[in-house]
Amino acid sequence: MTTTAEPLADVAASGATLRRFLHGLPGVDQVGAEARAAGLATRSIKTTAKAFALDLAVRMVDLTTLEGQDTPGKVRALSAKGRQPDPTDPSCPPVAAICVYGDLVPVAVEALRGSGVHTAAVATAFPSGRAPLDVKLADVRASVDAGADEIDMVIDRGAFLAGRYLDVHDEIVATRAACGDAHLKVILETGELATYDNVRRASWLAMLAGADFIKTSTGKVSPAATLPVTLVMLEAVRDFRAATGRQVGVKAAGGIRNAKDAVRYLVVVNETCGDDWLSPDWFRFGASSLLNDLLMQRQKLATGRYAGPDYFTVD
Amino acid sequence: MGAFDYAPAPESRSIVDIAPSYGLFIAGEMVDPVDGAPFKTVNPATEEVLSEVAAAGPADVDRAVAAARSAYDTSWAAMPGRDRAKFLYRLARLVQERSRELAVLESIDNGKPIRESRDVDLPLVAAHLFHYAGWADKLGHAGLGPDPRPLGVAAQVIPWNFPLLMLAWKIAPALATGNTVVLKPAETTPLTALAFADICRQADLPPGVVNIVTGAGDTGRALVEHAGVDKVAFTGSTEVGRQIARSVAGTRKRVTLELGGKAANIVFDDAPLDQAVEGIVNGIFFNQGHVCCAGSRLLVQESVADDLLERLKRRLATLRLGDPLDKNTDIGAINSPEQLARIRELSAVGEQEGAERWSPACDLPDRGFWFPPTVFTGVTQAHRIAREEIFGPVLSVLTFRTPAEALEKANNTPYGLSAGVWTEKGSRILWMAQRLRAGVVWANTFNRFDPASPFGGYKESGYGREGGRHGLEAYLHA
Repeated sequence: MTTTAEPLADVAASGATLRRFLHGLPGVDQVGAEARAAGLATRSIKTTAKAFALDLAVRMVDLTTLEGQDTPGKVRALSAKGRQPDPTDPSCPPVAAICVYGDLVPVAVEALRGSGVHTAAVATAFPSGRAPLDVKLADVRASVDAGADEIDMVIDRGAFLAGRYLDVHDEIVATRAACGDAHLKVILETGELATYDNVRRASWLAMLAGADFIKTSTGKVSPAATLPVTLVMLEAVRDFRAATGRQVGVKAAGGIRNAKDAVRYLVVVNETCGDDWLSPDWFRFGASSLLNDLLMQRQKLATGRYAGPDYFTVD
Repeated sequence: MGAFDYAPAPESRSIVDIAPSYGLFIAGEMVDPVDGAPFKTVNPATEEVLSEVAAAGPADVDRAVAAARSAYDTSWAAMPGRDRAKFLYRLARLVQERSRELAVLESIDNGKPIRESRDVDLPLVAAHLFHYAGWADKLGHAGLGPDPRPLGVAAQVIPWNFPLLMLAWKIAPALATGNTVVLKPAETTPLTALAFADICRQADLPPGVVNIVTGAGDTGRALVEHAGVDKVAFTGSTEVGRQIARSVAGTRKRVTLELGGKAANIVFDDAPLDQAVEGIVNGIFFNQGHVCCAGSRLLVQESVADDLLERLKRRLATLRLGDPLDKNTDIGAINSPEQLARIRELSAVGEQEGAERWSPACDLPDRGFWFPPTVFTGVTQAHRIAREEIFGPVLSVLTFRTPAEALEKANNTPYGLSAGVWTEKGSRILWMAQRLRAGVVWANTFNRFDPASPFGGYKESGYGREGGRHGLEAYLHA
């Protein structure tokens, strides 16, 4: 194994070479992958380890609102929450980012100024990805111009499932170019890819095309993030770095609603990829209701008591 | 450890109540031995003495066999199958109700991680009892004739690696078929069998149907050679299995033996590599490698050997060795100093023979019996570590070029208990499974057990099958 991207430089030279490469990746045995994830989920994380994990999880949250009813007021409220999740506890860290639709990026950027919390925008005709490429790219540019420093794009699942890997690849490359300095997260929508073999191929495809992050789901399709899907994606980023020297992050999004689940994901990160990925720069949770449970468990750990839900802000 | 350092998460041992000394379970009661001397059982993780247990002498074995005979004649054999089933269901439910206590006790006495005793051993114990409870009133449909009859009194001798699970494998089919038993647990792990004696009393099992005599090899020999025994069932080493086969030769006793193994875990170049790594880990490091069907020989296709070994070593670095009662422990203690000495001896031989030895960075506790997960690469068929059963967390890695070569090497062993095949190609799995001389062939998995599936060996791994419909045959006159 080498430390440059060179050995994989020709992989996307044509549809045929790309297909050959992706289908040459080791398969994923469904039963085995799910058994491994279930085994890791039995880890018992207590006391100091739990405190570490809860704080880390808060710092990894992309606090998200992606509704038709979103308003500037809602986004300002969410941004305030992201800057200071627990107003009663100054030791509580801020979240990683606020994730919104493109038209609300200016509101979020304004509300988050000076906080270090990133503004992430979903783009490329999220969540279905069904729009002409120039429309998708215009969507990306608008968000970047408005100040988004992270772009969450969706891949064309129709093209992927039809076997047109090069089309998917080239679209990611074009999106990457349109992002400029913004970080690109590529949403695979694993619930629509259905098999773990597809998840592994789509992960490599996105990384080869320049993704900074690979992300499980839009949150609009069920199932969204699952532990075994995230395990397979973490194996992909681990192997991709070993092959190319470039590190890519992973974002698990959708369906992670409580602290216990979040800690399980961190265990999988820890035992699959190790320390290098245990940071908000390399692992994220796309979530909304997760944050309050993290705060509640955090407070319980510090005080020994649970406060009622009225003691945590609803935004 | 890295940034995310798991804090200790010990399972409480307050749930178990270990008596300072134990007698023998004969005719439904705990009795003092007549001619036996006490011996100590220790916690292999700490060397703490847990209790004093009686070593049954010939007169004690005599009493136990007589109690079993009496129960056979007066209550058990003539009891309708549906009534025997009620007792077995009751035993199964009591095991489930007391599973946390039994899991903790197993880990304390055996050294295995609580994660395994809790998630593997105890669920399988209950499943085995439930499975055979279901058979008790359906023996006429087992393909062994319209009304197969029990054999009589079964002498059962079990090993220390899965104490309670092996007890269930032995007792469940015997009781379901109408036999009564005298069971001897291993001398280093008697405590869960004695707890099971209490469960038998709780279940109101008729006195004498299950008798438990503790002790070492002498007790086992007295039991196996006892003239009042109709059936001998043994799980343990091939060496002792041979002695038993010799001692029962020429008698009317029926015998089943489940002995050693040196299983091949065969990884082809199209295998799902990440899951194969898990299967290798589960194959040889599960239960500290104290598994007769352990995948102790890794046969990997040469074209993916480097990639696979790199993945394997990275994975082994995440294994957590230590306190068996910690819920995050993956590798517990070696069961006894004798076993540790044997593992050390064979590992030293591996080095002398020129194989390359590797272990992940791993702190061993100061007290107790410990051995780090160990991988030998560059092993050939001529090495002793490729031929002899080590019964510890030691993996020998060999390579092959073609399916035929893999098959030849896999079968080139005096044992034949299990094998594993890793490939995404279904036709190759079937081709290999038909030709591997092993009682169990796992495809894209390893060390998976189910009470409905028969288990047993070819060649020097023994004879007879345990589990499922096949397991009934060992306890019935067909």
